[in-house]
Amino acid sequence: MLETVRDLLSWAFILGGGFFLIVGGIGLLRLPDFFARMHAAGIIDTIGTDLLLLGMMIQAGFSLVTLKLLLIVLFIMFTSPTAAHALAKAALHGGHKPQLATGGDDDRGAD
Amino acid sequence: MFIAAICAILVTMVLVLIRALLGPSVWNCILAINSFGTLTVLLIAAHGFLMERPEFLDIALVYALISYIGTIAVLKFFEYGDLGPAKRAPLDEESN
Repeated sequence: MLETVRDLLSWAFILGGGFFLIVGGIGLLRLPDFFARMHAAGIIDTIGTDLLLLGMMIQAGFSLVTLKLLLIVLFIMFTSPTAAHALAKAALHGGHKPQLATGGDDDRGAD
Repeated sequence: MFIAAICAILVTMVLVLIRALLGPSVWNCILAINSFGTLTVLLIAAHGFLMERPEFLDIALVYALISYIGTIAVLKFFEYGDLGPAKRAPLDEESN
């Protein structure tokens, strides 16, 4: 009984994590602008990673493995916003302008 | 269960790699490779669970550290490497 509940919960988290990973990948490929693509990368780094690792934690139970998974989650939680901030600052500094809404239907991104 | 996770991770890796190869500017490539590093951490962890060898989690943790440091190093190079010494000197004084 407990085993079944644990497996079901784990399946739900892992399937949700995989779904959000693929959503992030498609967004990274299809969004028109560099600064829009950063949102898709954020989906991969936050909810996809966290749901997948949470599902693995439920499978592992209380052990050292769970602690290591928690460390990975914590580390990615700290480094992903830092890297995104540095990337956006570097791109702006390097002459990248965000594509703004102009009212026209020019959907060819600034890239 | 972990097979499903690995399939999702691999599909996402392919999409991200297409963006890295296609990326019209260097920032797109860096963004895609940063995501690829995160996905590699997930792949190593899922593989450890699949093979029932949880020692792989240590490797995943170290890979997360190295991937972050690599991204920051490449960003710093591309942000300041092009500007030359004339504009670098005031920036350095500012940070000191």
